[in-house]
Amino acid sequence: MANVKGSSVCRTAVDEGKPADWVPGGEKQTVVDPMEMFHKLPREKLFITGSEAARESMRRANIDIAIAYPITPQSESMQQAGYLYDEGYIKEYYRGEEEIGTFSAISGASRAGVRALTATSGPGLMRGMEAISSWPGARTPIIMLNMCRVINTPLAIQPDNIEMSFLLNTGILLLHAENQQDFYDYPLAAIMASEQVDVTLPAVVSVDGFFCTHARGPVEVTPEEFKLPPRDGWRSAVPAMDNENPPARISRDAPIQKSNFISYHMHASWQQEVFAAVERSAKYFDKYLGGLIEVVNPDAEDFIIASGCAVSQAREAVRQEGEQGRTVGLVKVKSIRPFPTEQIFEAVKGAKRILVPEFNQAGWLHKELCAVLYGRCKAVIKDGPRVFGGMTMPTEMIMEWLAEFRKEVK
Amino acid sequence: MSLETLRPSPAFASVLPIEYVDLVEHGPYTNRSGDGSKQTVKVTDMGKFKEVIEEHPMCAGCAMTLFIRLAYIGMPNPEHTIVVGTAGCGRLAISQASVPFIYGNYGDTNAVASGLKRGLEIRFPNQKKDVVVMAGDGGLIDIGFQGLMHSWFRKEKFTTIMLDNEVYGNTGGQESGMTNHGKVLKMAPRGKFGDKIDALGLAKVAGVDYIARLAPTNPARVARTVRRAIMVAREVGHSYIQAYTSCNIEYSIPTPDVMKDAFEIEKERYGFEEIVSPEAKAYLDEVEKKPKTKKTD
Repeated sequence: MANVKGSSVCRTAVDEGKPADWVPGGEKQTVVDPMEMFHKLPREKLFITGSEAARESMRRANIDIAIAYPITPQSESMQQAGYLYDEGYIKEYYRGEEEIGTFSAISGASRAGVRALTATSGPGLMRGMEAISSWPGARTPIIMLNMCRVINTPLAIQPDNIEMSFLLNTGILLLHAENQQDFYDYPLAAIMASEQVDVTLPAVVSVDGFFCTHARGPVEVTPEEFKLPPRDGWRSAVPAMDNENPPARISRDAPIQKSNFISYHMHASWQQEVFAAVERSAKYFDKYLGGLIEVVNPDAEDFIIASGCAVSQAREAVRQEGEQGRTVGLVKVKSIRPFPTEQIFEAVKGAKRILVPEFNQAGWLHKELCAVLYGRCKAVIKDGPRVFGGMTMPTEMIMEWLAEFRKEVK
Repeated sequence: MSLETLRPSPAFASVLPIEYVDLVEHGPYTNRSGDGSKQTVKVTDMGKFKEVIEEHPMCAGCAMTLFIRLAYIGMPNPEHTIVVGTAGCGRLAISQASVPFIYGNYGDTNAVASGLKRGLEIRFPNQKKDVVVMAGDGGLIDIGFQGLMHSWFRKEKFTTIMLDNEVYGNTGGQESGMTNHGKVLKMAPRGKFGDKIDALGLAKVAGVDYIARLAPTNPARVARTVRRAIMVAREVGHSYIQAYTSCNIEYSIPTPDVMKDAFEIEKERYGFEEIVSPEAKAYLDEVEKKPKTKKTD
């Protein structure tokens, strides 16, 4: 492979025009403990777009292979991955044929035991869904960046995170970045969590397209001479498909399509284990992200619970409410899968009103919250405001909804 | 996998299943010379060594099963081979071989194999790992068409073997892109509308380095063709084998006549054909001459 020294089989970096003494960027970096990277290394503040934040994250992520397929608003990030390949921070890179091919290929790469990255947006995610939904069952650690965009008709390229609702029940780890900073931090945390032996699952880091990907924001990054430890292909819940294990007449990817109880049981227990692994990942995210949720004004009666860009809008609404003498609490949900049920319950158990603003039509976060808080929390949980199709969510809108809510629920 | 990985610790030898012991002591791995270009076991030795695939739930008299067994015998280094497949009859046998098998989604074989091969190259830069796609005509030419074509155009360094039974056997006998014109099958109640897709022609256009068409009439040739295809994929580029592996159930071929049918179809329209690029030819000439040179030394 192009950026792999010693490989005699495929093309080399020299074949692709690099000088013979070229040293890939990745080889100049030093491996650092993830906790050191996440919490201790000094940080430099940059003012960059979300796509550039993704690039800086990838630069430090020790990625072996990135497979790209363009779609707005994701394209810019995977182009950046291409530049990182050219600089030698990623060992292998190519453009796939389309999303089914790309997401199938990335699962092949993960099965080989290497760290694999891809990215997509709305319709691309839907196109590749058959492949994506098979990743967890195949126990393939993969990192996918997901720059959310409208799906469905009429076709649009605008931000809208309804596509995340399609990932909720796949067994994939799912984080929702609020801003450019999160889009730098979360992929690194997601990679490390997904590759833990008791997890061994793919992870998706979603971010609201354009609002974050194409807008600049402050991002504090660690020095680029440090990178995460590499993926260890031997350390995994299932063996890599590398034929480095004693042979057995049972395949890791065994077809279990027989119509008998053993087949049913095999599938059921395998799925149970996938979803148990999702829960087991919580302790790693807790450590890496400093908690699965962030709570502002914990003693408030009125709470806003949000994820993604809606958090930023809610933060500003909370600030303006404060200026007017009203204390409003905020729960930022960083991790959608695993869903931090107990943490959210603890945070809002004294609340009277909970407002759930979202950038999608379906209100999937509201439904999630209702499902887990039902019968446990006395607060009324109101779904809205909801904007979609590319609409923005002015803070005034959130404040109007809060005012209305106070009238409805005394 | 080092061949040492196969050998059990003496402490465990007494509790190992006889199947495994046979594989270790009499399998296709053990008596090799170390030169991957040579087959360690010969087709003519069938019955005298432990095959990596023996038990399978395929239909009685299935020609595809014979082909699959021969293909595994042809693998130059089964201990460093990973097979990728998709839904279809073939995987029922392939998944029971003692060679890792990736059973992916519908028609994703050539995309999965692309990522897998590149990933293995990164992890094992000094150990050649052979990736072989073995899938049916429907899995490759219909639902897997896009992935198939792009892997060819990208010259991905793995081998594609099409088990062409000219029908969707596993789903119960529907016509496929590889079914002949006019053939009445399920979903073609008035006969197949189009012609059999010229997959060999497409492979030529895509610049596949080693292309072969054959029927399983000559077992030694099947093994040799598979070995050549895998060797080309290691060093030169993509290789493609299209094998006639009749479906005796859907085509109502009496079980005792399966091989008779194979000979007839071979004579009629499935004759052995090899299309080898100049680079692949030069490479094959080199590796296939090696043993002779050694002998004369």
